[in-house]
Amino acid sequence: MSTPLEVEPGSSSAQPEAILKGVGKIEGRSLWQISWMRLKRDKVALAGGAFVLLLILVGIFAPVICKLVGVTPNDFHQDLVDPSLQTPIGKLGGVSWDHPFGIEPVNGRDIFARIVYGARISLLIAFLATLLSVVIGVVMGIVAGYFGGWVDTLISRLMDIFLAFPLVLFALALVGAIPDKMFGLQGDALRVALIVFIIGFFSWPYIGRIIRGQTLSLREREFVDAARSLGARRPYILFTELLPNLIAPILVYATLLIPTNVLFEAGLSYLGVGVRPPTASWGDMLSGAANWYQVDPMYMIPPGLAIFVTVLAFNLFGDGLRDALDPRSR
Amino acid sequence: MTTTDAEPTPAVPAIGEEILSVDGLVKHFPIRKGLLQRQVGAVQAVDGLTFNVTRGETLSLVGESGCGKTTTGRLLTRLLEPTSGKIVFEGRDISHLSEGRMRPLRRDVQMIFQDPYGSLNPRHTVGKIVGAPYRLQNVKTEHGVKRAVQELLELVGLSPEHYNRYPHEFSGGQRQRIGIARTLALRPKLIVADEPVSALDVSIQAQVVNLLEDLQEEFDLTYVMIAHDLSVVRHVSDRVAVMYLGKIVELADRVSLYEKPMHPYTVALLSAVPVPDTKRKGKQERIRLQGDVPSPINPPPACRFHTRCWKAQEICKTTEPPLVELAPGHQTACHFPENVEQPTAKAE
Ligand SMILES: Nc1ncnc2c1ncn2[C@@H]1O[C@H](COP(=O)(O)OP(=O)(O)OP(=O)(O)O)[C@@H](O)[C@H]1O
Ligand code: SF4
Ligand SMILES: [Mg+2]
Repeated sequence: MSTPLEVEPGSSSAQPEAILKGVGKIEGRSLWQISWMRLKRDKVALAGGAFVLLLILVGIFAPVICKLVGVTPNDFHQDLVDPSLQTPIGKLGGVSWDHPFGIEPVNGRDIFARIVYGARISLLIAFLATLLSVVIGVVMGIVAGYFGGWVDTLISRLMDIFLAFPLVLFALALVGAIPDKMFGLQGDALRVALIVFIIGFFSWPYIGRIIRGQTLSLREREFVDAARSLGARRPYILFTELLPNLIAPILVYATLLIPTNVLFEAGLSYLGVGVRPPTASWGDMLSGAANWYQVDPMYMIPPGLAIFVTVLAFNLFGDGLRDALDPRSR
Repeated sequence: MTTTDAEPTPAVPAIGEEILSVDGLVKHFPIRKGLLQRQVGAVQAVDGLTFNVTRGETLSLVGESGCGKTTTGRLLTRLLEPTSGKIVFEGRDISHLSEGRMRPLRRDVQMIFQDPYGSLNPRHTVGKIVGAPYRLQNVKTEHGVKRAVQELLELVGLSPEHYNRYPHEFSGGQRQRIGIARTLALRPKLIVADEPVSALDVSIQAQVVNLLEDLQEEFDLTYVMIAHDLSVVRHVSDRVAVMYLGKIVELADRVSLYEKPMHPYTVALLSAVPVPDTKRKGKQERIRLQGDVPSPINPPPACRFHTRCWKAQEICKTTEPPLVELAPGHQTACHFPENVEQPTAKAE
């Protein structure tokens, strides 16, 4: 530690060439590019990501896909339903070239089309709810973590309260109580907005806590002091210095929050407080199928599988993303 | 027997105009416990510093880890607000200036940070990091920020092509150069350099120290240089202040301090340093200090060094030795100083 430093006054600052040799050949790579390279090697995560991408495309192009296959989500096909048993005629719940996933009991709607349209509702609600909770959670977390003191105490207690809230009961009560028209919205739009609000507004503490913890350690880093010593204002420190360092955890936890919200939406629909019939949703289909599982078990498989695979794909992708972005493995 | 009757004299710089003066500077970090966050004690990180800095000089602050050097640096740059005491920069009391009032002054007082890995934002490019001072202070540059940044990079021995690189692509020494480029952007008058080289390889330390010296000459900079080791700052300091547990125990010009250290703590620190100086080499034995540095939460009373001092007497535990000038420009806080032409001094 105490090696003497022989500094000759005349030697002046060492030759730049010698110092620069180290970086000469390295391309300018951001941490994002490095993470991407790591993610590319994780085939399972990539498969999950590819499926997620496919699902998003399916949701967006639902009408086109249904038209190509020649199916519609809301038309009845009572001619294909056994009039006395009310179950689909034919094997495997009425699977045929015309109806690849079969048809529903009683009214004979096409299940494939309803799954495709259901992806829309599921993803829309899950994405919007996640977006809402991420925005609230990040702002609350970053503010609590950076300012500390009573601000932190207040926000942390608020998080505890929100997490202790009996969310499902609240959703049931609220959705049951609202009128058909509110805030200029009505029908499915109102339902979707409401569910997004409920899920998003009550799940922000999950992400809020993570961001708070990360901010707590980030604010001790000297680059924050460096910014302060240059006269940076609070918003600059929070959003220009700290936020870019939080993008990785935000992305990871948002990706992992989406499947939770898919399940939550399905749960709400299952309980009958999701979108209204005839709009298709996976949870609602599952709840319908539950009444028929003894006579028409095939009805349950498409929506059940859709939810399962979607949740799995998001989780696989999210886990891979976390491994790729995790600074500890760097 | 003692020198306590001498009047405490304020630090007076030998020559030149005073750029910074610090008087009785104190920083205590409260320790809070329990639900109500009641204060149960305080870390006495900095406890009554008085010194001046002359324009153009390098004043080094030296002391073991935890003695309050970084805290002092943060107080001088007003990243922290002092508990008490005064900091006067260019005749202006900045001790309790608000953030807004302090902002324009930040152009003049800059800081180089201890940890070259922590002081650069890993998600920002070099261009953004070194250009930040211009944006934050709304400084217009003649040929644009990019050009100004590239000039700064060249100035500190980096290539302008590094503009779009990220900090993780650089070595410790290069990062410290990036940090130095950033502090130079606003052409400050005073730079507090907090252990600018202690995180670097010994082989690179000299290069960075030399760079700082060259820059001082080129831009008429004044440095407050922090180090935990007397050897690092030996060649760059004009004056050296030795700190122990939040207090200055000795403050002297370089030659006087290295050749005739008066405070036993300084003597011990110097004995741990291999000295190229042949005059002292023969007689100097390595002095090992017993025990650890006491906690700044509950520092020893009176002379804080008495728990580890081999010369300690009863008076050291009851009466705090004031920081007094025992030779021209040489202040020491000790009841039984070394190297003083007095009958009480230790026989040489
Ligand atoms: N924000 C803070 N809150 C509480 N205690 C602090 C804080 N900052 C520093 N301290 C304490 O004050 C004392 C002095 O710390 P400081 O960082 O100034 O020491 P230092 O001389 O720079 O040490 P080093 O050589 O390790 O950098 C230490 O005991 C430290 O734990
Ligand atoms: S005052 Fe006493 S204890 Fe303190 S340094 Fe001097 S001799 Fe040692
Ligand atoms: Mg320090």
